[in-house]
Amino acid sequence: MANFTLKVNGTTHQVEVEDDTPLLWVLRDHLNLVGTKFSCGIAQCGACTVHVNGNATFSCVTPVSSIGNSEVTTIEGLSKEGDHPVQKAWDEVDVAQCGYCQSGQIMTAAAFLEQNPSPTLEEIDNAMNRNICRCGTYHKIREAVALAAKTK
Amino acid sequence: MTMKTQTGTSRRDFLKIAGTTAGGLVIGFNWFSCDSPKMEVLSIEQVLAQAKPFNSFLSISPTGDVVIFSPNPELGQNIKTSFPMVVAEELEADWAKVRVAQANLDPEKYERQLTGGSGAMPHSWERLRKAGATAKFVLVAAAAQTWKVPASELTVSKGMISHEGSGKKGHFGEFVAVAATLTAPEEVTLKDKKDFTIIGTPVKNVDANDIYTGKPMYGLDFQREGMQYAMVQRAPFGMKLVSVDDSAARAVAGVTNVVTFGSSVAVVGTSTWPLLKAKKLLKINYEPDGAVESTADHDRLFTELLASGKAEVKRKDGNVAAAFKAAAKVVTAEYQCPFLAHSPMEPENFFAHVQGDKVELVGPTQTPDRARQETAALLGIPPENVSVAITRLGGGFGRRLRADYVVEAVEVSRAIKAPVKVTWSREDELTGGAYRPAVRYRFEAALDTNGTMTGYKLKGVGMNAGNTTREGNFPSGAVDHLLIESVEHASTITTNAWRAPITNFLAYAEQSFLDEVALAAGKDPVDFRMELLNRAKTNPVGELGYDVDRMIGVVKMAKEKSNWGKNPTIKQGFSVYFSHKSYVAQVADIDIQGGAPTLKKITAVTDCGLVVNPTGANHQVRGGIVDGMGHAMYTNLTFEAGVPKQRNFDTYRLIRLKEVPEIDTHFVDSGFDPTGLGEPALPPTGGAIANAIFAATGRRLRSQPFIEQKEFSDLQLQIKRG
Repeated sequence: MANFTLKVNGTTHQVEVEDDTPLLWVLRDHLNLVGTKFSCGIAQCGACTVHVNGNATFSCVTPVSSIGNSEVTTIEGLSKEGDHPVQKAWDEVDVAQCGYCQSGQIMTAAAFLEQNPSPTLEEIDNAMNRNICRCGTYHKIREAVALAAKTK
Repeated sequence: MTMKTQTGTSRRDFLKIAGTTAGGLVIGFNWFSCDSPKMEVLSIEQVLAQAKPFNSFLSISPTGDVVIFSPNPELGQNIKTSFPMVVAEELEADWAKVRVAQANLDPEKYERQLTGGSGAMPHSWERLRKAGATAKFVLVAAAAQTWKVPASELTVSKGMISHEGSGKKGHFGEFVAVAATLTAPEEVTLKDKKDFTIIGTPVKNVDANDIYTGKPMYGLDFQREGMQYAMVQRAPFGMKLVSVDDSAARAVAGVTNVVTFGSSVAVVGTSTWPLLKAKKLLKINYEPDGAVESTADHDRLFTELLASGKAEVKRKDGNVAAAFKAAAKVVTAEYQCPFLAHSPMEPENFFAHVQGDKVELVGPTQTPDRARQETAALLGIPPENVSVAITRLGGGFGRRLRADYVVEAVEVSRAIKAPVKVTWSREDELTGGAYRPAVRYRFEAALDTNGTMTGYKLKGVGMNAGNTTREGNFPSGAVDHLLIESVEHASTITTNAWRAPITNFLAYAEQSFLDEVALAAGKDPVDFRMELLNRAKTNPVGELGYDVDRMIGVVKMAKEKSNWGKNPTIKQGFSVYFSHKSYVAQVADIDIQGGAPTLKKITAVTDCGLVVNPTGANHQVRGGIVDGMGHAMYTNLTFEAGVPKQRNFDTYRLIRLKEVPEIDTHFVDSGFDPTGLGEPALPPTGGAIANAIFAATGRRLRSQPFIEQKEFSDLQLQIKRG
């Protein structure tokens, strides 16, 4: 066990866990931030996506020991009032079916639009292809990312 | 036309108001427990202060706020939004003042508290309307009594009751105290459908904000003080546990216990990560306990069983042998599909706390009552000693109809004498059983000299599939001489209902085969189906399990909306299927202009009766098509010595965003009451795509997944978004 100091959603947290513990499980089991989801555990589906220094990151394969001083943002910290342009677009388009993958989808979209504020439709497809939605809400995801890009 | 209806079928819902039918328990957030919202089992008083229960479905507070209880598990089919819409419609509630609460299991109040078979809406449609209408009746009576005016002079709109003569106006909350002293009517009048103001409008998912801000709401998010975490290693199919060496697993920091039950071994600890590590360190010896099967065995069994005389006759019309003897042409083909896992994004999990002869269960289940019954049976306690709180489900697809993962949590809690949450990894989910069964079909069709299908034979072989056919479905009723048979192999690989059970593959096979027959008859695939449907309409053979007119309705509209056959550079595939009381026709378009064939669009026409929520209906149709397409194209689950070879999403391939074409949805206004939509859009998709691929390339795909077939390998099929 080792002690780690983590900056998550603007707050500093201390946790005592094994070095190899993925950030996902630190967030979920130790910091009670359960908006970040577990689904595959091997960086294939994107349900666990968070931002590390603004970059969309699969938290399920990111050891806590690799975080250092980096700023971690989870769905709970994306905006104070749930009104980030991407969250608003997701609501406007009414994207979710079961909803389980959507926090990861939103985090992927938010990081992507930060880096590419005016994407083409093809760029949207390439960016969002890393997240799986088993309900098949892909059409609405495309629509919501395009809407967020327009309203940002 | 307004509709007078007896409330009698469910008198217990309506006759007692207030007091005796207290609101019950729900799952929700307790904002007062700490800084961040905590997911808890709450009483109605914690959800809405001073709420008065009107019946099983709704409570209203003196402030006029309405809580509508949603009894059925929500897994993405949007029932938690559409059910309350129906209640609110008849209540004439202000949707902005409606809150929806997920009710705990309560079979006394709710007759059918499960999600499966797209059956919730047809079952509850009238019941929900009556619940709203009855409450409205009593509120109006209370207002009439308060204002000393005749109830017939009152009007209700958006949660407000008005009396035009006196100009008096008041919201529902002002009358709940008086309403609580009144008796509900024996009979209520339901609204005319043309007066609906909520039903038929696009209403947003009631949990949307919580989903998009990451609130705890799924089973995997549930935590309880003192709760332990557990993960379970299960035996391969056909094997049983002989011994286990758990010394290395126990040495992992954070692991507190290892317990064995049956052939399963559970590692227990204080958080999830140590368990994922420790489970891999278990050294378990197994021995055979029945047939240890591989995919090669299944392929051999399919061939043997189709050739054998063993089969159960499901339907027999006319004289099939004579029809085939007299045929001008016979068409024969075999179609096969693999096992599939359900792979909901939220892996299986459940919270259980066994305390003496009482058990508390919290988690994602499609069948809360089954969870209760199996837990009670395991522990030998009365079912009412088991409480079940239903969390939101991160998908289901049929997987959570089973209670195996619930009972496991009960086993572990009993063994460690503490509250526990058992979590499955993705590998557990893909290797843990409850699969869509692998099936092979053989079809034979006899054509006369006019290209009329005079004989039809279907024989299905399934691995633990039960009846592999749907003998009442089209083309039954449209063919003079018909034989439908099914054979089952009892496999050690466990199976389960999977979204649109049986029809998820049968529809593809049957609609592809009918395409083959149409071409052999020299007829347009749509004309050929219409010929058969007209036959079934004018002179049906035997019993029909479907409504011919409704099927004709979707066929005609799909032909029109897809511009069937009008564009020479667009090659099209047609498919139509009836399942779960709804009718869906689909046309897939492949553009052959320039280079590679490109799948561009799927047009879908649905008759699900009245569309309650257009947003939700669109979601279900598109989602069903994406699901049907993804599994037909990409997904395979094969076995080696009782163990699946695909263990996670790196090899078990699910469809992704770049792989979906445009989907154009239409709904037939047939005037029927609403039916479910969680499943019916899925079955036709594989056939529409396979038929379009044939039309574009001359390659006939008779096995799934397509990408693994040699006929598909050099096609370079592209998929373009619309």
